[in-house]
Amino acid sequence: MSDIESPSTDVKFTCRDVKVHYGDFEALHGIDIDIPDRGVTAFIGPSGCGKSTFLRTFNRMNDTIEGCRVSGEVLMDGQDIYDKTLDPVLLRAQVGMVFQKPNPFPKSIYDNIAYGPRIHGLTSSKAELDALVEKSLRRAGLWDEVKDRLKLSGTGLSGGQQQRLVIARAIAVSPQVILMDEPASALDPIATAKLEALIDELKERYCIIIVTHSMAQAARVSDKTAFFYMGDLIEFDDTEKIFTNPSNSRTQDYITGRTG
Amino acid sequence: MNQNLLYILAFMAILVAAGYVYNRKSVLAQARSGAVQNGRGSMAHWHSQANYHGYFTAWITGLVTFAIFIGGVFIGGSGLPFLLAWLGVIILSGLATILIVNRKITPQFRARNYVERFIKLSLILLSVIAVLTTFGIIMSLLFESLRFFDKVPVLDFLFGLQWSPQTALRADQAGQSGAFGAVPIFAGTFLIMLVAMVIAGPIGLMIAIYLSEYASKSVRKIVKPLIEILAGIPTVVYGFFALLTVGPTIRNFAEGFGFSVPTQSALAAGVVMGVMIIPLISSLSDDVINAVPQTIRDGSYALGATKSETMKQVVFAGALPGIIGAFLLAISRAIGETMIVVMAAGRAANLTGNPFEAVTTVTVQIVALLTGDQEFDSPKTLAAFALGLVLFVITLILNVIALTVVRKYRERYD
Repeated sequence: MSDIESPSTDVKFTCRDVKVHYGDFEALHGIDIDIPDRGVTAFIGPSGCGKSTFLRTFNRMNDTIEGCRVSGEVLMDGQDIYDKTLDPVLLRAQVGMVFQKPNPFPKSIYDNIAYGPRIHGLTSSKAELDALVEKSLRRAGLWDEVKDRLKLSGTGLSGGQQQRLVIARAIAVSPQVILMDEPASALDPIATAKLEALIDELKERYCIIIVTHSMAQAARVSDKTAFFYMGDLIEFDDTEKIFTNPSNSRTQDYITGRTG
Repeated sequence: MNQNLLYILAFMAILVAAGYVYNRKSVLAQARSGAVQNGRGSMAHWHSQANYHGYFTAWITGLVTFAIFIGGVFIGGSGLPFLLAWLGVIILSGLATILIVNRKITPQFRARNYVERFIKLSLILLSVIAVLTTFGIIMSLLFESLRFFDKVPVLDFLFGLQWSPQTALRADQAGQSGAFGAVPIFAGTFLIMLVAMVIAGPIGLMIAIYLSEYASKSVRKIVKPLIEILAGIPTVVYGFFALLTVGPTIRNFAEGFGFSVPTQSALAAGVVMGVMIIPLISSLSDDVINAVPQTIRDGSYALGATKSETMKQVVFAGALPGIIGAFLLAISRAIGETMIVVMAAGRAANLTGNPFEAVTTVTVQIVALLTGDQEFDSPKTLAAFALGLVLFVITLILNVIALTVVRKYRERYD
């Protein structure tokens, strides 16, 4: 099925020999991968294989963990994001992230969305900010559900709504990339379906990288899939190919349920 | 008599223990012989394990003997014959109880359920005692205050601007009729509390933020206990520190600018009290800041927020109800604090907002009213109850506000 067309063939991230250490423990043993711009790339693999750790190298969230070191080269649009002169704060404004557990701030729904634009000074008037909040919520498919209660706390929403709220929050700072770390693992099937539909829409505008434990989800939402095992990247290819005709026997074992 | 009561109680304890041991053994013996007959595990067809039969016996024995003990106290005889008869009845009834319960023991007997019910009932009883004690204290405050308000009108007390509680000891003494306007001393309390909170609030909060967000683990491990040592210093030590060190320092400093300031001042007492409640605020705030989940911080960092932006706008918002609670608790503590103000604040009931003057507080005045030789129905001593009542009402209101704020704005993190 090689005639399936990827949305774009441009490369967003280029990784060369990326290693991550937690203290003395090497969690990733030198990863080489090219992540395409636009479309969805899924990371799959058993627990502890390093896929979440790898995901966090793209917005330097590993910096916040004590004792964590990243070596090798991660280029975003050709620029080294681990360059000493690069401010991780600016990087994270371009690379948004959605976490496993919905983590709305203990603020109103409105303030949750407005938080990023405010700290980065993206809007110059209240009306502009209002418009941005509405646009972000609409894009995350949450506007109709919350438009009458923007002043209520974001933590009062249901789990699925909270997860779409934090996606809206990430969109509000106009990132180029959205990282998702098992975004549906705390959601019920209906909320998951909504989330996946949202991912499907968002991939037209953003480069999305998603870590997931559900192979069915990876097959449903992603264009490309990378299989990680014990800190190594085993296979990276079109999702279609990974799930029908993987070239590595360990990939085959994992997706058919013999390992992991 | 008191000593004899102790002996009787000791016998009761022995009876209770004997009841437990004897009936537990008896159950085990029965079970063993039963097991020989039907060939199954020895306790397998028993509703309750042997322990529960033992506990059940102990409870019943305890109740019966205690009832007789109380009965003896009420009859209240004296002399050796009475004591012996009393002890005899207790021992006999205790033994009888054990034996009667022993006869009741069967595999079907639901001793476990009874024991569980006993435990539940005794826990309820204990909490009721705590509640009743509180209630009793409030009632006593209330009734003694009512007696005071018979002699001094409520409005004069609450809104009077003059406090000089010296009254004539004898009817034929002239002059002093006493003035019980409580406004100056509540103003003094408030002033000292304000000084203390101005010191302790910002410092305590900043310490908490530093320890929970910025300090490395090793620094935190050393600094946190060091700060908590402050909380362990006896208040009387703070008191003479305020009187002998801080007070004179403030006075000398003020004299350097040409002001005359007394050694005992609201400022000296308030500053030292502030130092005392720093650990209260820092420790509680540190706990609530730590209770804000890391995932929320991550969410903020992932949006490109810096550490201080995350702290100010996200973590602080999540921890705010708890921090408010910590502050209100500290305020209650400051209002009720006695030793420091007795030593360092002075006793003159000045109505002033100037922290360099000597003021007095509610607690100081209660101490002053009740120490020394006093009639216990003069307005002077009864005033202490009225002051205590108002103090209690204030702290109660503070606590209610604290609870409401915390409950209303608390974020639930599971």
